[in-house]
Amino acid sequence: MEELDGEPAVTVIPGVNSKKNQMCFDWGPGEMLVCETSFSKKEKSEMVPSCPFIYIIRKDVDVYSQILRKLFNESHGIFLGLQRIDEELTGKSRKSQLVRVSKNYRSVIRACMEEMHQVAIAAKDPASGRQFSSQVSILSAMELIWNLCEILFIEVAPAGHLLLHLLDWVRLHVCEVDSLSADVLGSENPSNHDSFWNLVTILVLQGRLDEARQMLSKEADASPASAGICRIMGDLMRTMPILSPGNTQTLTELELKWQHWHEECERYLQDSTFATNPHLESLLKIMLGDEAALLEQKELLSNWYHFLVTRLLYSNPTVKPIDLHYYAQSSLDLFLGGESSPEPLDNILLAAFEFDIHQVIKECSIALSNWWFVAHLTDLLDHCKLLQSHNLYFGSNMREFLLLEYASGLFAHPSLWQLGVDYFDYCPKLGRVSLELHIERIPLNTEQKALKVLRICEQRQMTEQVRSICKILAMKAVRNNRLGSALSWSIRAKDAAFATLVSDRFLRDYCERGCFSDLDLIDNLGPAMMLSDRLTFLGKYREFHHMYGEKRFADAASLLLSLMTSRIAPRSFWMTLLTDALPLLEQKQVIFSAEQTYELMQCLEDLTSRRPVRGESDIQQLQDEDIETTKVEMLRLALARNLARAIIREGSLEGS
Amino acid sequence: MEEIYAKFVSQKISKTRWRPLPPGSLQTAETFATGSWDNEENYVSLWSIGDFGNLDSDGGFEGDHQLLCDIRHHGDVMDLQFFDQERIVTASSTGCVTVFLHHPNNQTLSVNQQWTTAHYHAGPGSPSYSSAPCTGVVCNNPEIVTVGEDGRINLFRADHKEAVRTIVWEVHFHPSNPDHLFTCSEDGSLWHWDASTDIPEKSSLFHQGGRSSTFLSHSISNQANVHQSVISSWLSTDPAKDRIEITSLLPSRSLSVNSLDVLGPCLVCGTDAEAIYVTRHLFS
Repeated sequence: MEELDGEPAVTVIPGVNSKKNQMCFDWGPGEMLVCETSFSKKEKSEMVPSCPFIYIIRKDVDVYSQILRKLFNESHGIFLGLQRIDEELTGKSRKSQLVRVSKNYRSVIRACMEEMHQVAIAAKDPASGRQFSSQVSILSAMELIWNLCEILFIEVAPAGHLLLHLLDWVRLHVCEVDSLSADVLGSENPSNHDSFWNLVTILVLQGRLDEARQMLSKEADASPASAGICRIMGDLMRTMPILSPGNTQTLTELELKWQHWHEECERYLQDSTFATNPHLESLLKIMLGDEAALLEQKELLSNWYHFLVTRLLYSNPTVKPIDLHYYAQSSLDLFLGGESSPEPLDNILLAAFEFDIHQVIKECSIALSNWWFVAHLTDLLDHCKLLQSHNLYFGSNMREFLLLEYASGLFAHPSLWQLGVDYFDYCPKLGRVSLELHIERIPLNTEQKALKVLRICEQRQMTEQVRSICKILAMKAVRNNRLGSALSWSIRAKDAAFATLVSDRFLRDYCERGCFSDLDLIDNLGPAMMLSDRLTFLGKYREFHHMYGEKRFADAASLLLSLMTSRIAPRSFWMTLLTDALPLLEQKQVIFSAEQTYELMQCLEDLTSRRPVRGESDIQQLQDEDIETTKVEMLRLALARNLARAIIREGSLEGS
Repeated sequence: MEEIYAKFVSQKISKTRWRPLPPGSLQTAETFATGSWDNEENYVSLWSIGDFGNLDSDGGFEGDHQLLCDIRHHGDVMDLQFFDQERIVTASSTGCVTVFLHHPNNQTLSVNQQWTTAHYHAGPGSPSYSSAPCTGVVCNNPEIVTVGEDGRINLFRADHKEAVRTIVWEVHFHPSNPDHLFTCSEDGSLWHWDASTDIPEKSSLFHQGGRSSTFLSHSISNQANVHQSVISSWLSTDPAKDRIEITSLLPSRSLSVNSLDVLGPCLVCGTDAEAIYVTRHLFS
């Protein structure tokens, strides 16, 4: 089980008096709700809380930083590219691809660092300047750790090359050299500059012997007395054997040559050749890998891992990866010298030197305030097939767990949720179900956003979520009286019940106003019409209007009749339909056949016979009843007339 | 496809538009505006690609686009248009239509005019007032036409306070077509469809899935001659006779490309991955 790492930080909530009243809270997806209750701590019955507000508390401030957003967005692109790397690739080509991905991630971190550094310098008030600076150092630490992991786990540099990579690593991260160099070289008389010997020393500590030699030649020019020994030192520096990339010597050859060179240096030390110049003497000791001499330069080294790499350079340049951790632990102990204890960063680096990936990830998760770093690093290492699939007790492995946490954090942000979707896609066990839960909870305030969310769901065949989102939008549209919109959303949701509801509203509006809204939608429903009976009726009714408009009276008539006899028309609408039949009945030519007229009469009788008997009624109801009765009478008359004409027409011979 | 510059800007870009050049001007496009969406605080920003003192071998400008100025915008920027050289009109998800004025002397943007209740479901007088997003805006000095989710089309004049005309309708716009077509899609792709007549017989038509918003560039060659054959090449259904060359303009695909604008040889587009891409050499 996890150990607690110290006392949790206390956050004071303004306005809430936690000494007097008890607080209550509830967790949300990324936030916490807190408020005061009316329960007093002192048992006295003071039932009114003094603070009337509910507070939303967010932990993850990082997600909101403008500059870090660029990190999240750019790394999202790199993440996707990594997932799509051909699984078929093996061996060298795969490794070089993975190294390239790692370098991409690192360059994004560096770009962020640069920008934040600029902002820190330009900050108007010191407090925010400090905040930005601390953010810069966090990013710098992240890049340091990532770089080391790249060298040890992804690049998997063998002995010999390992040291070269480590040297690059140190040179990249201890960069005071450049400003110092600029200072010294820029001065009139470099060899007389106060920091001249510091510069030469640090160049030697970083293994930059060519540059050190150039500095020495300046010293030789300036003071001819020491020209001789400077030349000797310069020669020593020039001849130090080092593995260069194009070199074809084997490791054993290199070791032999190096041993030989090391002995030459020893001889110079024994002969006290450099005794006259204490600076040169200490340089010689450094180049011999003398620990005491190295430790004297603590300030220039500035940290234990620099000490480690320099030590290795000058005492065991062909160190094997598995031996690293001995040197690492002892370097840390020697450097700290019992005066201070290791910081979290030190422990992380140590774990890396010990090739304990799980420990590295665990410590980073604790030390860093958001999941970005561990999620992406673990994913990359997983692609290098370095993590055993050691299942955590709730069923997913470490990579997936971290990605899920990171993506959930993104969903808590109003804008970055779109990035989270892709991360969930690549979590094979719990990704889909997590996405289903999160995506329904995105607030949808415009149709444009809703359409984007729907497209995401449709692409992944998440039909339940599509339905649920469309229902929400349909409901909103109905409330805003946008019936056409509501109808198209319910069609998209394949929600028959809602489609019926909206169709009823359409029909009601028609009865009240005499015309339809959103005609272009209803007229072009196509096969979507079949979703619900009511909707089909609506579509067919409009078809009836069209046929009537095109004067296809016979077709219109049979459609109208079928709408009633098939019982697809709601009863409440029958009166309207029968009234629509009136003009057809009144036409010069006979449109309804006798058979059809009988059916119409049947419908009318059906309708009127079921009318409830009204008791006492007010004026409005009486008036309505009056209109109803007149209508019914007119219909009866028209039907009777039509029946007469139809019978006559059908009875007579065709064409006569 | 020559160099295309990318810059991550910490906001999802919903619309980008080039600033129109004065008629008869020989300059190339230099400034563009962007609008963001889906943030708690959205911004309308002006960017410049010119005049930083770096010239490349062709005498063109190098380096990526720089922010000139920006201003807060309430609600998502649903649409954005340049009204004239100095003014920008935006449509907001809060139903508000705003005209911003750019002050070149001190490089700031300010609100020039605003119609806050241009689009609504239940009107400002009613107790259940609810605003509706304004989804599109189009201008032709001095008139501005806006359309919204409430189904209204409004006609505003730049100096009047009220809408001049209001129509209740649902509308779909279809742009007309010249010889170069650029499309950007929900699936993150940006395609250049080239139907110009001086290119020899080429590839077949490509069908891209996903919703796309199309934008058509101003025709670069002589309108009169090209127009006839252009119409037929776009509408022709015979793939063997198709002379459309289609090129992808973005190096890699991630999230949706929401908006693009073309002016002369310059193209700008903005994405949901919070990046803006600019190229100055479309036709080289």
